[in-house]
This record gives sequence, C-alpha cells and structure tokens, in this order.
Amino acid sequence: MSNFLIEFNNITKKFPRVIANDNVSFEIKKSSVHALLGENGAGKSTLVKILYGLLASDQGHINYNGDKLEISSPSEARQKGIGMVFQHFSLFESLTVRENLILGIDNKISYNDLKVQLEDISSKYNLPLDLDAPITSLSAGEKQRVEIVRILLQDPQLLIMDEPTSVLTPQEVENLFVTLNALVKEGRTILYITHKLEEVITICKEVTIMRNGKVIDSCSTSNQTAKTLATKMLGEKLDELKTDYTHVKNSINFSANNISCSFNDPFFTDLKNISFHVNVGEIFGIAGVAGNGQSELMDILVGENTKIDSGELVFNNKNIELLNPQKRRDLSIAFVPENRLGHSAVPELTLNENILLSQFPNNNFSKNGILNRNFIEKHAKNVINDFNVVTPGSDAKASSLSGGNLQKFVIGREISTKPKLLIISHPTWGIDAGAEHSIRESLISLSKNGTSIIVLSQDLDELIEITHRIAVIFDGKLSEPLNTKDVNITHLGLLMGGKNE
Amino acid sequence: MNKFIPTIISRPQSSNIMNIMVPIIAVLLTLLTGSIIFSLMGFSPLFALHTFFISPISNAYGVSELLVKATPLALIAIGLAFCFKNNIYNIGAEGQLTMGAIFGGGIGIYFHDTNGFWLLPLMIIGGAIGGALWGMIPALLKTKFNTNEILTSLMLVYVALLILDYLVVGPWKDPQGYSFPKTKPFSESGRMPLLFSGLRVHFGLIITLILIFFSWFIFSKTIFGFQLKVSGFSPTAARYAGFNQNTLVYLAFAICGAFAGIAGLSEVSGPIGLLYRDISPNYGFTAIIVAFLGRLHPIGIVFASLIIALTYLGAEDAQLFMQIPAAVGFVFQGLILFYLLGAELLVNFKLEFSK
Repeated sequence: MSNFLIEFNNITKKFPRVIANDNVSFEIKKSSVHALLGENGAGKSTLVKILYGLLASDQGHINYNGDKLEISSPSEARQKGIGMVFQHFSLFESLTVRENLILGIDNKISYNDLKVQLEDISSKYNLPLDLDAPITSLSAGEKQRVEIVRILLQDPQLLIMDEPTSVLTPQEVENLFVTLNALVKEGRTILYITHKLEEVITICKEVTIMRNGKVIDSCSTSNQTAKTLATKMLGEKLDELKTDYTHVKNSINFSANNISCSFNDPFFTDLKNISFHVNVGEIFGIAGVAGNGQSELMDILVGENTKIDSGELVFNNKNIELLNPQKRRDLSIAFVPENRLGHSAVPELTLNENILLSQFPNNNFSKNGILNRNFIEKHAKNVINDFNVVTPGSDAKASSLSGGNLQKFVIGREISTKPKLLIISHPTWGIDAGAEHSIRESLISLSKNGTSIIVLSQDLDELIEITHRIAVIFDGKLSEPLNTKDVNITHLGLLMGGKNE
Repeated sequence: MNKFIPTIISRPQSSNIMNIMVPIIAVLLTLLTGSIIFSLMGFSPLFALHTFFISPISNAYGVSELLVKATPLALIAIGLAFCFKNNIYNIGAEGQLTMGAIFGGGIGIYFHDTNGFWLLPLMIIGGAIGGALWGMIPALLKTKFNTNEILTSLMLVYVALLILDYLVVGPWKDPQGYSFPKTKPFSESGRMPLLFSGLRVHFGLIITLILIFFSWFIFSKTIFGFQLKVSGFSPTAARYAGFNQNTLVYLAFAICGAFAGIAGLSEVSGPIGLLYRDISPNYGFTAIIVAFLGRLHPIGIVFASLIIALTYLGAEDAQLFMQIPAAVGFVFQGLILFYLLGAELLVNFKLEFSK
C-alpha cells in the first residue's frame, strides 16, 4: 500500500479551444487536506470533474488507493468512496433536512439506523443539524452542513470541496475548519479547491498550484507564504510595460463614491464602500477572481440594478445612480456586459435587430417609436465592415456568429458612436487570439480619442496590457488603485487572494 | 454507436422561401395523412376529404359561417401574440372575452330601447375596456407579487363566467323571458351590421382585419414591438437595453384583453344579440392553438384561424354525412400542429447523420 490516496498520472483534457488539463500529475497523501490552488480557468474544475466521474480524460489515468480508478459517473465515484460538495448546493429547498438526507442516499437504510448514524456524525464532526427544518429557512453555512452530512453518510474516503468558503460568513468558516480537521483525524482525505491564499496556509498541509492547465508546483504549505503562493498562482507576468499615459487628462470623467449594496443572498457578493474614479482618456482596470462582486458591480454601473443601499455614481458632474441603462446611454455611456448570448446580444435575433438593443442619442434608429429600417441596416453594415466581423450578412442571426465575431460586433456597436465612457466586462472572454488582439487594439485607440474606459476582467495579462491603473476587487471591496506601469505582480496576487499587506 | 441517430445542427441562415412554404407543406402533409387515416377507416379518401374540407365551404352560406367562426379566433389570437411574444402565458382570453361581453353587452342592455349611431361604438369601447381591465388583474399580480400568470389568468376565466352566470339569472334577466337565463335583446343599433343580407358574417370581421393590420404594424415597424420580442427572448437583454419590463407586461395584457373583449362583444352584438350563459364555444382557449399555429405572425394567424374554423365545420359535416365522431376535427388540428412544428424545426435546423 502506498501512502497516496490519489495519484494523477499525466491527465490531459482538451476542449475545442483550450487545453484544460495539460499532462497533470501529482499525488494526494492519505488523511490530509490537500489544496488545489489556481485562478479561474486554470483547470481546477476540469480536473476535479474527471476525478468525480463527470468528465472523461483524453489521456492519462488516476490511481485510487494504488489501483487504477475506472468510473464513468458520479454515482460510481460515490460507491468507491469519493464524495463532492459543490459550490452551488443541490438541495430541495421546500423539503426538510431529513427528507433531503434520505433522498441523497443511494442504498436503502432503515429510519432508525439513519437516526443513529446522523447523531454520530453530528457530534463527531461538529455538524449540528435540525432535522425538521425546511431547507429554505437555513443559512448558507447550514445548507453546506446538510451537504457535508449527506456525503458523510456514505462514509467517503475522499471529500472534494469546491470553493467551500465562498458563501460562508467568517464564523461559519471557522466551524467548517473544525469539521475538516476532525474528518482528517478520522483518516479521511480532503481535496480543497480554492483561490484564497490565506485558507491554503491555515487549513491545508499540501498544495498543488495550477496555471493554464498545467501543474506549476506541488509542495508542502509549511514553507510557503501567501506571497510565494501568489507568484506561483499568477506567474511572472510581462515585466516591461509600455503603457502610454500621454493622452490621459487630469480631469475626472466618472467616479463611484462609497457604493454599498447588500443582497441577502448567499450567491451574491455584497458590495462594501466601493470608490474609484476614471480620468478622461484613461483605461481603468478592475481585477479579481470571479465571484468577488464583479457582476454585482457591473449591474450597478450599467444601471440594471439601481437599488443601491448608499453611495453615488457621478458622470460629468451629474448623478446617474438612479438612471436606467437607456438614460445613461443618452448621456453617451456605453456598456458591454460579460455575457454575449442573451445579455449584450439576443442570439435569436438578426444582427440588424441586435443593433437596436442599445440606442444612443442622434443615431436616428427610430422616430416617434417607429423604426427606420434602412438606417439600422446601414449602421449594422458599418459595424460589420469597420470591425471585421465575419458573417454572411447583417440579417444573419447573432447565434450563427462565432464568439469572437459576435463580441467584435457588440463592442463595435457600442464604440462606433464614440461614447464618452465605456464600461466593459471581460472584453476577450472565450474568444480566439486574433479577435482578442483586435478588440484590445480598438479599446486602446478609443481611449486615445478621449473615451474613458472601465474594464472588469479576470485576465491579468489583458489588464496589464491595456490599462493605465488597476484596482483589485475581493469579497465586495475594492483595493486602492495601482499605476499599471509600476504594478507588482506579487502584490496584485496578494490582493486577489484577499491578503492586504 | 449512434450511427442512426442524427444530430440536430443549427442552420446559419434559414431560407426565406422555405419559411413561406412551411405552412403549405404542413397542410399538404396533413391532407396526405388524413387520407391514409380515412382509407384505413374504410372511406374513400377523396370523398372524406371533400366532406371534411370542401363541402362545408362550397356555398356562400358555408363561407360566411367559416368567417363567423374565424373572426373571434383570429382577433383573440392576434391579441395573444402580444403576450406570447413577450413570453407571458396569458391563457385567460376566454375570461377577458366574457368580461368584454359583459361590459359592452351591459351598455347594450341599458340602452335596449334606444337607437343611435353612437350605441355600437360605445359598446365596442365598453367591450375593449372590460377585457383590458380583466387582463390587467393577472398583470398586476405578476408585477407586484410575482405570481404565475398561467394560474391567475386561467382562474379568472371561471370567475368571469360565474359573474356572467349571476347576471343573466339575476339582475339582468329579461322579465319577459319566461325565466330563461338570458337578458333583453339589444336594440337594432346595438347590433353588428351584417355585411351581406341573409348571411351571418358581420362587421366584426372588418374590425378584426383592421386590428390585425394594426398589430402587424406594431410588431414589425415599432420600437414597442421590438421590445416585446427582446423581452420574450431574453429578459436580461431587455434589462440591459433599458426596457421597462413591468410596462411591457401591463401593455401586453391590456392589448390582449382589449382584443378578446372586442371579440366577446362582437359575438354578443353580432350573431347572438343578447347575453346568456354560453356566449363562446371556448374561442378564448382555441385561439391559443390558432396563435401558435399562425406562429404569432399576423398573416399566419389569419390562415390558422380559417383552418381551425374549417376543422370545426368539417367535423360537423363529417358527423352528419359519414357518421364519424366530430372529435376527428381535433385529429386534424393535431396533425397540422405536428407537421407545422416539425417543418419549422427543419427550416432552422438540419439533421446530420454521423459517419
């Protein structure tokens, strides 16, 4: 018997445009908490899905307890003793805790046995539960407890936890750590997926760091610091930067002052006192790992959410926090949200029709509510030509375009009217390198013509390439902005991992 | 392994010609399948199809009856298109129709001994207001309390029918009506003028055609029509565009209710001439099929209403002359819907067999 519970051997998994796992090999020791650390898109989820039987690897194999693991579904994984707690709970909200636990059990069990087992688990691992409470009435931490108990009922050897603390309060995090330690003492093994550096050092013995689908390092956490982990997670990015500051004027175009917004929902991140400003002609980047409040902030900046608790948005000395997106467009502010299909464009509609989604003053798409088709079509054709959108024509459906071409079309639609402010989220997410390059070029040239741009992105390379200043959002709070030209990658990494020196 | 199971692949662009051909192909395939069914039942297919589809409309009276039935179906269906395009599932048009008949008909009963050119327009406006107000109830519940409009609009149908019931056996009962549950007849100027003497087809047809043209204009030429469409496909995109979705819900329900209300009024002031219990043979529900069969498009709805009206007439004739149950009409409705949806899928997607 080896002392490794899991050995990943040369796991490779390719998707159409990316290699999600590139020859991944590392081992997980028995009865330890092993961290899997990496940015979004580093390949953590893909690897875990392969381990849990949700995906099949293209090459390589996994050894489990020294034997080759051959599973094709999560239920087989559970039978072998592999359990997983997902980031998003899969509980029946209207049923009670007891009913949810019974539903989750694969094999039959008598009611009394279940009760005995539950009491045993609850006391042993610090997991108190009120069996008769309906799930809806529970806090996020309590729901997670139900999920963990449900898996422990099957007596797993390996417990996979996907970003378990992302929905928990600090007190709940403490309780979770007590539970995890008790589980490890019992001889169980935990694979702990996270991007939070602090947690890796507090709770995990070993850590494997992934970046761009590859294992960067697999080591003990004892001789690591948040700083060294951050560097490994993000890599040494471009050190010589040629950010051009000459066209940035010293006058404020837009500012967000003390924006706070709470949602009372475990899957939303509350925003806490967010303040920043953007100068005329400046590109301002907001970095951060997904799920730290970016989409919540984006909704407020676009005007899809105007119900903020406090704070103000000021554009050209005018308060705009209560205006809807169309009224903000009337002031010459343009928006590109992250999701193309169904948000910034409607896939079922033609490109002509998609042009109409965002109307700016003086583009004459309609008069007294009646559409001017010729004008709309002309504009759509201009966008297609100017931004090299590959499409059979302006009457093709948006869904027929590739991601990159649709993104070029959407960005073209927004910037062809020369807005004074552009707010854009993940401009090059999920698109090919050629389109990526041309989109970044057009953003830079737009800023040179005096447009201020706010870019929210998880892609640090992108932010470093195009922005003038960068701030980091973590858990709904925005850091002090740094000048991109003297930004320090380790420092950024620490901020993204929630460690502020 | 899955060699014989094709994958469905989206076509980059659907052919315009095929788009127009879809309903025609669907009707032809329906006739073909219908003939096979009839010959299996032992009837000559030609005779059966003739009885079903030709003889009901082989004279002016038949055509007029077809139009009488198609008029409310088309008018309600085009109103429903405002809701369905916006992904609002208003299935309570029957109730909105009933409320329109009560409001408009109530005016007719109040002025039963008065004549004047103003009476019919007043009744039509009353019908529209009655239907619209009834439609606004589920809209209000949806926007304020996030209730499901399918349930509320459906339940309100029964409320409206019971109100009508109460009125015709209670306060509005005709004192000279020998205790029948019906009201006094409307005066002559409270009736829809007939278009041809001796035939039942009435002015409601003209109103319907005008409103269908109006709807076509809204759908294809205005920002409002565009907003309905976007909000139906993707509420998130509609929010991004800055459309006020609550306003869209109210407007769609109000327009649909008003159209159904006018349809109800033109039934009672057209062929019927007074209020009683069974003013509508479920036109409000059948119109849901018409709306989808017509693919929510004004011209499609015109044809769909004629086809569905014909299956009703044809089923009656088939029962009379061939002694087969009138329910065979539903078989034809089902076949048309099946072939139409199938053909529509193939216009937008293609099947590819893996090699």
